[in-house]
Amino acid sequence: MSKAILYDATQCIGCKLCEQACADRWGHPYDDTLAAQEKLSAEKLTAVLSRGDRFMRRMCMHCADPTCASVCPVGAFTKTAAGPVVYDESKCIGCRYCMLACPFGVPRYEWNKTLPRVRKCDMCADRVAAGGQPACAEICPTGATLFGEYETLVSLAQQRIREAPDHYVPHVYGLHEVGGTSVLLLSGVPFEQFGYRTDLLHEPMPMLTWRVLSRVPDLVLLGSVLLGGIWWITHRREEVAAAEAQSASRSRESG
Amino acid sequence: MSWRLSRASWPRLTFWKGIFLIVVAVGLYATWVRFSRGLGAATNLGDEFPWGLWVGFDVLCGVMLAAGGFTLTAAVYIFNAERFRPIVRPTVLTAFLGYVLVVVALLYDLGRGDRIWHPLVMWNPRSVMFEVAWCVMLYTTVLALEFAPVVFERLRLERPRRILRGISLPLVILGVILSTLHQSSLGSLYLIVPEKLHPLWYTPLLPVLFFLSAIGIGLAMTIFESSLSAKYFQRQLELPLLRELGRFLVVVLAVYGVLRMQDLHHRDALRFVLEPGYASSLFLIEVVLGLALPIVLLLSPRVRARVGGLYLSSVLVILGFITNRLNVSITGFEAATGATYVPRWTEIAVTAMIIAAGFAVFSLAVKHLPIFAAEPSPVVPAAPPVPARVHHVRA
Repeated sequence: MSKAILYDATQCIGCKLCEQACADRWGHPYDDTLAAQEKLSAEKLTAVLSRGDRFMRRMCMHCADPTCASVCPVGAFTKTAAGPVVYDESKCIGCRYCMLACPFGVPRYEWNKTLPRVRKCDMCADRVAAGGQPACAEICPTGATLFGEYETLVSLAQQRIREAPDHYVPHVYGLHEVGGTSVLLLSGVPFEQFGYRTDLLHEPMPMLTWRVLSRVPDLVLLGSVLLGGIWWITHRREEVAAAEAQSASRSRESG
Repeated sequence: MSWRLSRASWPRLTFWKGIFLIVVAVGLYATWVRFSRGLGAATNLGDEFPWGLWVGFDVLCGVMLAAGGFTLTAAVYIFNAERFRPIVRPTVLTAFLGYVLVVVALLYDLGRGDRIWHPLVMWNPRSVMFEVAWCVMLYTTVLALEFAPVVFERLRLERPRRILRGISLPLVILGVILSTLHQSSLGSLYLIVPEKLHPLWYTPLLPVLFFLSAIGIGLAMTIFESSLSAKYFQRQLELPLLRELGRFLVVVLAVYGVLRMQDLHHRDALRFVLEPGYASSLFLIEVVLGLALPIVLLLSPRVRARVGGLYLSSVLVILGFITNRLNVSITGFEAATGATYVPRWTEIAVTAMIIAAGFAVFSLAVKHLPIFAAEPSPVVPAAPPVPARVHHVRA
């Protein structure tokens, strides 16, 4: 069964314990300066954004059909059956196509290292595999970040909107975006206010490139036959000339 | 070339050698910064702008400008346009150098250039970048094999030369197919960012437009190089042949232009052209100066009658499509995402050094290899040799 995270911004008090827990889990530094930075970086894989008394988390959305996994030339990203999208740094060549392509702008790069890696939230895949839950969900004091079965959390999110329609934007973010994500968001204010795009496709992004890529083998075969055929036609005149020259010399010999 | 002749041309060479040495020295310093301190210190790239000049210019434009190789080999070997054979060698050399330099640029741009070989053994066929990686590797190899006979001829190695000649047709077909895939796949790279690239450039037709423009660039580069060679190596195509290339170029540009406009119209994106601002100005530079103007120029018989007119038109086309590649890869993102990027001096220094290296190796090759020598026609060996269309301008 696939796992998911439900983040309900209306229950978030902006304590940023999730940021702290995340930094601890990765062994990243964490202090007041880093806490004040409201954006992701190579050493801050989740961030709590604030607009007045409203909050919103940013982190990897763990797409069902991840763009990063499709664009990576060496397949460094994998969508695990359990839900997390994980990154194998030993494969990565550092082309940064994942950063360009991610519809949520999540992957970060170690720009100042000589042997840099891509960094992003992995939903604490090791803890999840061991039957535990992600550090951010475990530490959340209000239950704003919940970890559980995907289906359960989807129904919970829909139920909350149904029961308190004035309290929520009528949109479970991540239910349909790019074909669905394993991180679901609820908010009391429009998602755009926190930089979440609501104009994303409702089908997986990888099909945008697969539509073209899947035709490559056909194109190779078709192209070879076409080009070979054109060569055969355009060089016929020389064959004729050679044949004529041959027959001419033969008739000269016999005559 | 006689000793005295090269002696006579020293003054000009000294000036260019001076420029070359400065560019290389600055480039080497930038190289040291890049590899000792990382991409962060050497570039203005960041999490919001992961791709910059090295991808947009060195790789995208580098591959595009190498398009003469497949355009001309297709014309000569497959379409049997034997009259263009004298410029096959310089064009294939340019394409080969172009691809080698693209690989060099990649070694700078990749965070882990030491793993550039990974796509060979770690496959992801769903990735356009995987296709791009394979195309770069395979086509660079094909270009090396297409160019190798020139080296073998110089070294008088008859056997390997005959072997390569025997497989020249399959090699050319493979090269044309790989180029088709590679040129178009550089456009396909951007299919994945519909929400980040400005609608003036994001279209499902990106691969088709990239491929068509590569053919146009292939023709324009051939005219351009032939004119340059006339100036620096005293070699060029006869004017009627350049004129014929000019005619082909007009047709390709016109088809590209019509397709581009149809696509904008069907996507309801023409309105962005009229929206004053950054994006529309860049679009107009690209389309008016790089597309409409050269079409008008090349349609005029008076322009086509002179080398200067053809040269100017080809330069406009090349600059226009360079603008297009930079718009797709850099400025089109700025306009749509609000993030900004201006290359750092180190990025420009490395790019300049790579270009300088290209020019230097080309000149060396011309000096030491039979680049401009008329290659005997392989098809009918018994027939009298094809009259050489190459001639000494100053002779």
